[in-house]
Amino acid sequence: MSVIEEAKAAQPAKTRLKVIDCDIHPALRSASALAPYLAKQWQEHLRDFGIRARDPLNGRAYPPITPALSRQDSWPESGGPPGSDLNFMRKQHLDAVGVEYGVLQPLNPSGREERNPDFGAAVCRAMNEWQVAEWTSQETRLKASICVPAEDAEASVEEIALQAKRRDFVQIFMNPRLREPIGLRRYWPIYEAAVEYDLPIGLHVGGNTGIPTTASGWPSTYGENHFDQSTGLQVGIANMILEGVFVKFPKLKVVVVEGGLAWVSGLCAHLDYYWSRLRQEVPHLNMSPSEYMKQNIWFTTQPMDEPENRLDIVDVFESVGWDRLLFSSDYPHWDGDDPNFAFPATLPKAKLHAILCENARNVYRFETR
Amino acid sequence: MERHVIAKTSEIPPGTRKLVEVKGRQIVLINTDGEYFALLNRCPHQGGSLFHGDLIGLTESTEPGCYKYSRRGEMLRCAWHGWEFDIRTGQSWCDRRTRVRTYRTAVEDGAALEKGPYVAERFNVTVEDEYVLIEV
Repeated sequence: MSVIEEAKAAQPAKTRLKVIDCDIHPALRSASALAPYLAKQWQEHLRDFGIRARDPLNGRAYPPITPALSRQDSWPESGGPPGSDLNFMRKQHLDAVGVEYGVLQPLNPSGREERNPDFGAAVCRAMNEWQVAEWTSQETRLKASICVPAEDAEASVEEIALQAKRRDFVQIFMNPRLREPIGLRRYWPIYEAAVEYDLPIGLHVGGNTGIPTTASGWPSTYGENHFDQSTGLQVGIANMILEGVFVKFPKLKVVVVEGGLAWVSGLCAHLDYYWSRLRQEVPHLNMSPSEYMKQNIWFTTQPMDEPENRLDIVDVFESVGWDRLLFSSDYPHWDGDDPNFAFPATLPKAKLHAILCENARNVYRFETR
Repeated sequence: MERHVIAKTSEIPPGTRKLVEVKGRQIVLINTDGEYFALLNRCPHQGGSLFHGDLIGLTESTEPGCYKYSRRGEMLRCAWHGWEFDIRTGQSWCDRRTRVRTYRTAVEDGAALEKGPYVAERFNVTVEDEYVLIEV
């Protein structure tokens, strides 16, 4: 019986470990707040047609039990939705947790899966401009992600070339569930650009491309759909490895965001098993699939697995690799992790330090502050 | 155990709640159908604010397709990860090893309180009103 009787006294930020948070979700104050960053014809298009993704749930994937997909104490006093008020985010998260750097992952509105390809590219451009104008230029701890309309590789490369010159951006934002498996060659120009500009691909769970969340269709419940999202990441990175993405682009860095961790070792073992028996089918692979996993792929920690015996999570960390783990909060989303509670107290300080900030510092090349 | 006066009954009608601080602890006081419940405002899972959570009923089932709904307003769902707690006992529904701290509550009128002993940190007790007390 664990009874928590007293609130743990908040420690002053200076005595805490540094935290680099690899998954923070900023939000527009309202749908129309994107308009200033769109060309005039697209402002009217946004007003008259809106975003039209391919998801059959038609924007209702996230039900009212989790309003705005967020923890219920994250609605700012200023009136916008969670994640829309920088000052409130500073107070509730950046300052409270002691964030040294935070990587923005803007989910909505999404130009990534917009059916109208030109509008999709325009929305991605606008989301990128918005991140700089309203976030990274106002708060140096925050860094942005380049939104790209991945189905149109040419437009994506153009957007990457434009934004990569700005130090505001530290990665390229993609979802794993595209119209086709993410390792196919039609997407390779994006990976080529990522290597050229030395930007990791932030592969954030999700995708509203109309491809179901499971290989056998859509589940009935929200909870199952939420879990199923991680399988999209599992098959996505398996596909990237086997298609030879990391053979062609050995320096490509992929950060798997919000997919869980415990499955990683199982996936590695499974892929290696078939590779060792069917290797001639993929002669382009110079190493086993699990070796590419250790060379090119990193994993964010949230949602942290919560084994019955809390210390079993250490075995999970060990299996993924202590240098592959990047802390993420998912703030302000409801299933987020607080770095002060998410890790066992007995974790050696050097290992915790690596997960909380040093691994991310290396992957994203953040300067020490 | 000290008894603390933490609210006037008129402040929290049925279906509402109040966040109070007693001896450095944040405590959520809840009125469900005229009964008062007090819980520590700290989810034992990751420290989320229970004050911001929803009060819901208990939905149970004996088999798929069967729903049994009861105890409306007696389960508190954490504002962060949605863990459900029974406000009568503090017991977590999904993790039987975990419960949130609860405190005994009582209602007394101002005349009775004048006799003490109690701690009224922020209240001037008047004989005309009724008050909610908790034991901490």
